Amino acid sequence: MSPARRSFLLWLLAMLAGAAIVWHSRFTADMSFFLPSKPTAEQQVLVDQLKEGAVARLLMVAISGGDVEQRATLSRDLRGRLGKMPEFASVQNGQSGSESADRDFLFKHRYLLSPSVRPERFTVDGLKNAISNSIDLLASPAGMMLKPLLTSDPTGELVDILSQLNAGAQPASRAGVWASRDGERAMLLIQTRALGSDTDGQENAIQLIRQQFAESRTASGLSDARLALSGPGLFAVNSRATIKDEVSQLSLISSVAIIAVLFFVYRSFRLLTLGLLPVVSGALAGVVAVSLAYGTVFGITVGFGSALIGEAVDYSIYYFVQSSRMGVDAWRERFWPTIRLGVLTSISGFAALLFSGFPGLAQLGLYSLAGVLTAALVTRFVLPQLAGTTIERRDLTPLGHLLERSIGQVQRLRWPMLALAIAAAATLYLDRDSLWNPELSALSPVSQADQQVDLALRADMAAPDSRYLVVINAADQETALQMAERTGLQLDRLVERGLLGGYDSPTRFLPSQLSQAQRQASLPSNDELALRLKAVLQDAPLAASKLDRFLADIESTRRQPKITPASLAGTQLALAVDAMLLKHAKGWSVLLPLRPPQDGSAMIDAAAVRAALTEDTAGQALFIDMKGEFDKLYNDYLHEASQLSLAGLIGIILLLAITLRSPRRLGRVLLPLILAVLIVIGGLHLLGERLHLLHLIGMLLIVAVGSNYALFFDRADETTGPDPETLASMLVANLTTAIGFGTLGLSNVPILHAVGVTVGPGAVLALLLAAIFAPRGTTG
Amino acid sequence: MIKRLFAGLILAALTLPALAAFDLGQLMGELARHKGGKARFVEKKYLAVLDKPVVSSGEMSYTAPDRLEKRTLTPKVETLLLDKDMLSIEREKQKLTINLSNQPEALAFIDSIRGTLTGNRAALEKNYALFLAGNLDKWTLTLLPSDPKIAALVQRITVSGSKNQIRNIEYLQADGDRSVMSIEPIDNR
Repeated sequence: MSPARRSFLLWLLAMLAGAAIVWHSRFTADMSFFLPSKPTAEQQVLVDQLKEGAVARLLMVAISGGDVEQRATLSRDLRGRLGKMPEFASVQNGQSGSESADRDFLFKHRYLLSPSVRPERFTVDGLKNAISNSIDLLASPAGMMLKPLLTSDPTGELVDILSQLNAGAQPASRAGVWASRDGERAMLLIQTRALGSDTDGQENAIQLIRQQFAESRTASGLSDARLALSGPGLFAVNSRATIKDEVSQLSLISSVAIIAVLFFVYRSFRLLTLGLLPVVSGALAGVVAVSLAYGTVFGITVGFGSALIGEAVDYSIYYFVQSSRMGVDAWRERFWPTIRLGVLTSISGFAALLFSGFPGLAQLGLYSLAGVLTAALVTRFVLPQLAGTTIERRDLTPLGHLLERSIGQVQRLRWPMLALAIAAAATLYLDRDSLWNPELSALSPVSQADQQVDLALRADMAAPDSRYLVVINAADQETALQMAERTGLQLDRLVERGLLGGYDSPTRFLPSQLSQAQRQASLPSNDELALRLKAVLQDAPLAASKLDRFLADIESTRRQPKITPASLAGTQLALAVDAMLLKHAKGWSVLLPLRPPQDGSAMIDAAAVRAALTEDTAGQALFIDMKGEFDKLYNDYLHEASQLSLAGLIGIILLLAITLRSPRRLGRVLLPLILAVLIVIGGLHLLGERLHLLHLIGMLLIVAVGSNYALFFDRADETTGPDPETLASMLVANLTTAIGFGTLGLSNVPILHAVGVTVGPGAVLALLLAAIFAPRGTTG
Repeated sequence: MIKRLFAGLILAALTLPALAAFDLGQLMGELARHKGGKARFVEKKYLAVLDKPVVSSGEMSYTAPDRLEKRTLTPKVETLLLDKDMLSIEREKQKLTINLSNQPEALAFIDSIRGTLTGNRAALEKNYALFLAGNLDKWTLTLLPSDPKIAALVQRITVSGSKNQIRNIEYLQADGDRSVMSIEPIDNR
């Protein structure tokens, strides 16, 4: 077997193996791209909430058009249709009747649920107090609703239970169903069965809602009715669709443009095909590496492929353009070391990202690293075997000569370029406080329009933003509930002090077995209770003879089984408990959502809450400010990214210093790169682009990618400069790189867009500046 | 026969001006001129379940056109404030605010008081049939709900008063329980 054939076969085998791995890879476009790979305890709550939390399963729906009655009819019809479907855990629209199951449950179990049920409640004094309180309450306008309950609940346990619950924000109501604040839209709140992280499930649920609405609308003949929908599920589905579309679109645009450039240069289908070989190999290797290392490949990572195409095709361009005149061996001797150094600097840049705790960034790094390395190796070892010794292509010498003359012209721009870079640096320094976008949402692929719809619906629904939580972890459900009850006592104190507006707890509907047993034990026997009542009611307007139902209910509570999660089935309360009591691999978690005090600030004094929690529960209860955690997460990412970029930059400089062995040459290579970074970032800032983490990464990549061009000028003969062919190959390679990265600039996904608008122009500037600051001798 | 008929006609003619002198429109106009003030109230609720009525008392104040505050002082302090369509009840440490525009039945109920206080005949007739008896110095206005949803809560509301001052409101609930509130204006001049 000839060496050529052997290398080809080896390559083919590797490609086939790679294709098989890619075939079995799991691709995803969910939020986990942004979620920390090594979360802290607080961040873990964030991650769990986004993936499995109840809030991540909520969809808000608004119906507009028609009049108020027509919208209400549509709302009821839609609820009827969706409520029957197994895909939805709950469909609420505020229509009356939906709460009766909840009220029945609370009433039936009032002596197990009420925190007032203690032995002293049922002494003669306790009963006297409670009953006279209930009678007093009848005098109040609110008392009219309680009148029918007096004989069965004379101590007012139901009132005590209800008064703990959030009586706060409720959506407005029109024609018997929930409506927006202005009354112009009917509102529904839907909870999917599918988890927030199950994008397919969310997509299916959203499709069902749209489809059922369309049918309902046709049935009612209300053709101008419109449906607006929002929620984390929709965000996930839309982001995935955006990323999916863009991955194929961007790759197509950059491939077509690069192929056009290559065909213009080679004028040969054979060379074109061969030239794309390293690229295809690199792209495949990138996905394989990510798939093997992480198990899952993010859509955004594959979207980055368009840039990789532009970068990886450079090596074959250098090879074909430079080796055709001098032959493969001479090329290997003269140019390969320069290209190898360029590859190494690129790899240093990408490798820095591998250490990021931001999983998306680490994947991008691995993907690009594997891709570039593979493309370079295929160019070096496989391409020459396949291409043979005679390479027929268009003669690029005239282009090279043209470039030589142009370099002479542009070198006059040395001082203007330096001035420009200094101006950019000054601008950036002066505006340093407003350069950065401090929000993680800057990276979110959710479109502005979607975010606005969400904001509007959320305000209309008076939906909780679930910003503040207390989280308790325990090995089993009973311990978790007991701890939640103890933490509740602390929180009650904060409510009394006015530091909290209130809080929710699963123990309101599902008290621990211990509490239930204690409450059961506080209930007196029937005879004893009858005796005490006689004493209590001597002078009261309420006759003891009317309280048979009370006695019977107490007696049955003493004997009835305790409440378990199963007892809640069929009520909305079950959903509330599910949202707050979570089972996971390591045990159970209880979430207690906190409401800010009603002082208008909508903020909770975190220090006070933390202090109160550590006081009594020995730090087992964790206070979490979700927005604070998100901001902290992003700042951690940003901080880490700046350190990694710095490390990457130092790595590149060390690599160059060791290879070049001359401070002067090192300076000559680095100067154009640093100027390019300054000018690009200054330009982006002036164009109004708020910088974020990925722009920072983009700066590193300008240095990593741009160093390739600067190196060619450095390696060229001091007196003659790079020969025309080399110059031409550099221009073509630069063009393809700029196309590859520049295409990303068209993306709506902020991560890809930022890298694109930074590295695309950065690569072009790097070449231009390298030419401008090349030693004077190169002007020939 | 003709004589008797004639006499009857004369009698009718005599009473007609008296009737015309006090009709619903006049009462409403009179009430609408009332710009507000303070009063003491005593409310007695007669409930089948209790052997004795529940008595509460306190002060109420009205500022035209849509602010009504009722401060119960005994047996428990409680403040009820109706400001436009927002009803808030404050009792001990708890405060409950209800937007009445979301609660049509409660709104109709509240409108019986508010409509009478403001002399808003249209608002009253939207939900009730009105019957007036007596004269300006001692009138009684009976409201019978026309909407079955309201009739399921209250059978009859009887408001009585003198000139533009309401003195007594009686609610007869659907289940036969009733509450009687007597109002004594406080002269704050």
